[in-house]
Amino acid sequence: MEKNTQNRRAFLKTSALLGGGLMIHFSGVAKLALEDKSDGLKALDQWTEINGYIKITKDNIIKIFNPNPEFGQNVMTSLPMIIAEELDVDWKKVVVEMGPHDSVKLGPQFTGGSNSVRMYWKPLREAGAAARRMLIEAAAKSWSVPVEEITTKTGILYHEKSKRNGKYGDFASLAVGIPVPKELKLKSVKDFNVIRTSQKNVEGTKIVSGKPLFGLDYKHEGMLIAMIHHPPGFGMKLKSFDASQSLKMPGIKDVFTLKLYEDGFAQGGFDTRTFNDLLVVVGKTTWDVMNARKKLVVEWASAGDVKDTMAGRGENREVIVPGELENTDAQYKKMLEYAQKPAQQLRKDGDPDAAFKNAAKIIERTYTAPFLAHNCMEPMNFFAHVTDEKALFVGPLQAPGWTEPTLAKILKLPPDKIEIQMTRMGGGFGRRAYGHYLVEAGLISKRAKAPIKLVYSREDDTTYGIYRPMYTATYRAALDENKNLIAFHVKGGGIPEHAIHPNRFPAGAIDNYLAEGWQIPSNITIGAFRAPRSNFNAAAEQSFLDELAEAMGKDPIDFRLELLRKAKVKPVGKNNEYDADRYAGVLNLVKEKSGWAGASDKKFSRGVAAYFCHNSYAAHVVDMILKDGEPYVERVFSAIDCGIVINPDAASNMVQGAVVDGIGNALYGGLTHKDGVVEQNNFHKYRIIRMHEAPKKVEVHFIKNDLDPTGLGEPPFPPVFGAVANALYKASGQRHYQQPFTLEAIKKQAV
Amino acid sequence: MITLNINKKIYNVDADPDMPLLWVLRDVIGLVGTKYGCGVAQCGACTVHVNGQAMRSCVTKASFAQGKKVVTIEGLSAQNDHPLQKAWLELDVSQCGYCQAGQIMSAAVLLKEKKEPTDQDISDAMAGNICRCGTYLRIRDAIHLAAKQAPKK
Repeated sequence: MEKNTQNRRAFLKTSALLGGGLMIHFSGVAKLALEDKSDGLKALDQWTEINGYIKITKDNIIKIFNPNPEFGQNVMTSLPMIIAEELDVDWKKVVVEMGPHDSVKLGPQFTGGSNSVRMYWKPLREAGAAARRMLIEAAAKSWSVPVEEITTKTGILYHEKSKRNGKYGDFASLAVGIPVPKELKLKSVKDFNVIRTSQKNVEGTKIVSGKPLFGLDYKHEGMLIAMIHHPPGFGMKLKSFDASQSLKMPGIKDVFTLKLYEDGFAQGGFDTRTFNDLLVVVGKTTWDVMNARKKLVVEWASAGDVKDTMAGRGENREVIVPGELENTDAQYKKMLEYAQKPAQQLRKDGDPDAAFKNAAKIIERTYTAPFLAHNCMEPMNFFAHVTDEKALFVGPLQAPGWTEPTLAKILKLPPDKIEIQMTRMGGGFGRRAYGHYLVEAGLISKRAKAPIKLVYSREDDTTYGIYRPMYTATYRAALDENKNLIAFHVKGGGIPEHAIHPNRFPAGAIDNYLAEGWQIPSNITIGAFRAPRSNFNAAAEQSFLDELAEAMGKDPIDFRLELLRKAKVKPVGKNNEYDADRYAGVLNLVKEKSGWAGASDKKFSRGVAAYFCHNSYAAHVVDMILKDGEPYVERVFSAIDCGIVINPDAASNMVQGAVVDGIGNALYGGLTHKDGVVEQNNFHKYRIIRMHEAPKKVEVHFIKNDLDPTGLGEPPFPPVFGAVANALYKASGQRHYQQPFTLEAIKKQAV
Repeated sequence: MITLNINKKIYNVDADPDMPLLWVLRDVIGLVGTKYGCGVAQCGACTVHVNGQAMRSCVTKASFAQGKKVVTIEGLSAQNDHPLQKAWLELDVSQCGYCQAGQIMSAAVLLKEKKEPTDQDISDAMAGNICRCGTYLRIRDAIHLAAKQAPKK
């Protein structure tokens, strides 16, 4: 499908001629200002090109296009629901399709930062409302009646006075000629009858029946399989190779090397790549290529320090990627060393120095967490067919718009000759925001002069990099002689960056506050991992607050509520990044629903934690037991404030999943390195939480308010780690400061 | 040439007898419902039935499957109406969906062996199937639901 660059007028003619019906487009880019805080009606002022969200046939079949790539957060259902609501159609009859990549017509189309529903909320409502308005005007015109006398109900237009009605499909072609409405009336929240109802996953049937859905399932005529034989570890590069054996093997077409980025290529934020020299094997089937790789005779060498160019605003900057072959034990020791050095001040309120000097008691604790691999169930892969004139890409990717410019530069093709089709993704978690594997696939296809599917084995995927960084943070609290909290200090660091969010709670609640950060550069590539930084921050901070509460003789929830009251009534400093009322709201809700204050079930060890990130609030109470000495979370109570919940049951599923994910990573997750090589390259070594380790019940409660929806993919995740740590303290009698928390890992603590 | 009986259909495939059944299904025959997750029988995404047994097709040679009845997710039911498939939809189990075919195939064998599995039965039978999105609670509930709703013989 070619990108449509015709002007609107020309398209309108075409569309009417085809007699197919109405294609509504919404020029989303200008309207997706995330900082837009204006209330009331917002008029559309620009309908340029058409591709659009809505298609209506003469038979009144409504097709709605999902703009955002799907990786399990179910936007494929919830985003079309938003359109269907304002369009006023029967959801049961709506057909949903994945939209093409066209950010001019369908908006930013990136899945990440828990932003899909939040950024598309208003534009999709407007798109649905605009379409409905145009259909009303078309009917009014056709029936020669005033527009105000027309009503709609689930896909039918009515004129009560003359007892006439007609299907949307009857007027779709006529509606195409109606000028785009200048003013739109959006539905009142209380009138919603699609949003706020639980609707089934639109691809549910396809999933349970094994239909081709994922990138790895995509097939194309004449397609070959390619795999890259990456170096075994970070800091290494290809020295020489002998492919003579491999080339003799069945199904093998070619073995060659390629360079990913030319020297001096300025990388953007999502151009991260671990290895630049690619040793590629191309063959007929995946098995053929996997076998041929085993017969490669390769010499690897230390890459030494490498210069990379990073794109900047105005000027590019050069960075040195250190050549050291890293070892985890040494990394922990280095972090301890760096923690003693001066760091960058991120925020200071009051006089923390003085407060600590005058403290009656100081509590200091240090927390650490390892690198984490994303471990998407579907390993990295992408299909590419590149010729001198154009390129087709098909596969799993979170943000086609972020990689397309790089593809255009490297393949030397104009963006409108590059088509990226987004398949369903077998998990994302941030890993698939980095499109290096599209660039790799594109270059391989160009070189092989064939359509190819680039496949990463599980080992390739786990050892490649772009991990959640390794982190540490030292928290200090000063208490006066009456056990009042008078100062709070967090100094965080990491490899290669720290996790500190200086303006998050408890900043704003404490008179004397200091936040500092430091980092240690590394050749281990890192990137966004479900709730970046927060996923460690919440664990450490919420553990520390628990210890503080205990030292002060306070209940952990009441202690947090006290601090939040202070942050509300007499906030300290500026830019406090949370709403104290909403934060307290989720704590109060989880306190109520978990029966926190009541007679405790002696069977369980309880831990609580709460956090704010990606514009939403989450609190969990975790109920843990020890099963044969191993921690097991049997049930969890969760309270979430994410504004209006589009699809309640699906949203519950997301929270439950985030809870399981958090427990698994807190208790078991982590990578270690030995001389640059990852030691856990598949699931027999990298432990992922399984059925018997997952809670049997996660009771999810949403705060009921009418606020515009905010994120849900990430916010429930970070506080789970803290709640697990706090429950583990109750269960084992010991505080745990190093993730993963499993007892065997604790025995191996390097610190 | 290998002759395979997959979902009651006979396929004569030109493939290495040592090729894992997973890749014969996906790359040679074109049945992609059975997924690749790890290649070392650790994640369960590749689960199929071979003579009624749940097997990890990533480590099951094509030659082993020859002469046996293979069932994949595509052939589990004629109209996607296996009690497990129905329960999965009723409880809206899936998030990304990549692991779910394997989950259902493992659960189908459990239900054949235990008409009313206990929580422990489910934990034991499903320990080999990873769900990275964490839908385990719903999988468990769906298995219980399917057991309840399955036609009684």
